[in-house]
Amino acid sequence: MDRIPILRMGQYLLVTIQIDLYDRLATNLESDLVQAVSKTGARGVLIDISALSIVDSFMGRILNNIGSMSKIMDAETVVVGMQPAVAITLIELGLELKGVHTALNVEKGMELLAAKINSAYEDPDEDEAGTE
Amino acid sequence: MKLVLNKDKMQIIREQDVVPFRNRVKEYATKIGMGIVNQTKLITAASELVRNMLKYGGGGEALIEVISQGRDNGIRLTFTDKGPGITDIPLAMKDGYTTGKSLGVGLPGARRLVNEFDIKSTPGSGTTVCIIKWKNG
Ligand SMILES: Nc1ncnc2c1ncn2[C@@H]1O[C@H](COP(=O)(O)OP(=O)(O)OP(=O)(O)O)[C@@H](O)[C@H]1O
Ligand SMILES: [Mg+2]
Repeated sequence: MDRIPILRMGQYLLVTIQIDLYDRLATNLESDLVQAVSKTGARGVLIDISALSIVDSFMGRILNNIGSMSKIMDAETVVVGMQPAVAITLIELGLELKGVHTALNVEKGMELLAAKINSAYEDPDEDEAGTE
Repeated sequence: MKLVLNKDKMQIIREQDVVPFRNRVKEYATKIGMGIVNQTKLITAASELVRNMLKYGGGGEALIEVISQGRDNGIRLTFTDKGPGITDIPLAMKDGYTTGKSLGVGLPGARRLVNEFDIKSTPGSGTTVCIIKWKNG
């Protein structure tokens, strides 16, 4: 297997990572997702990493890249299901997942995406207004 | 005094060796009953060091040892490469320092994740990094 399936559901793209990724698989996922966002005009990307037993700086960088590139194309990214041991380790490693949102599980992640997308739709100047 | 209970060696020459190596470390850590948080920290540190060995050292060898000291058991990992070495170790150990256009978290992060961390390097002949994670550390 050298590709991770990307599911499209309405304005969302969903990815479930089911195994510990080889680097090739991770970099393929990065480029596939970015292409899929641009092709479908998706507004949200949800990545379920509950099956990942470790996230090192390489995988962290991939997730951040997906988040920031999707952002450029006006899509929000949420990473869900991170195992507690992985979260603790990431903090000590010193790696921040700045490019993505995080949520406990798929359901909470979908809620978060919906909220982000709707608020952006209703009030596109929200960010700017907040800093004034 | 540290006693070696078990030894295992793996050659790391390609990116595809990373995941099998991590799995092997996980097997040993599970065998000695290391908890999931310590295991995750150990394997993440190992992953960083094995990546450095591939990226900067041109690959090398990873030694996995089950060790015991007093009442505690642990895993000791030694990464040895014959790459260009590191001229300024304190600089390489700094958060954010990288010569590979990366994040520079690997070495300082790995040090934070384990109980003992030792790095030796001879410019021109290679680098050896040794880490220990105690089961109850
Ligand atoms: N085995 C090695 N041989 C030679 N140089 C090394 C080795 N390991 C690390 N270095 C040097 O130390 C620097 C810092 O390593 P560190 O792992 O902290 O960061 P990085 O690998 O550059 O980035 P990241 O780990 O965040 O992807 C590297 O950029 C490299 O110059
Ligand atoms: Mg590194």
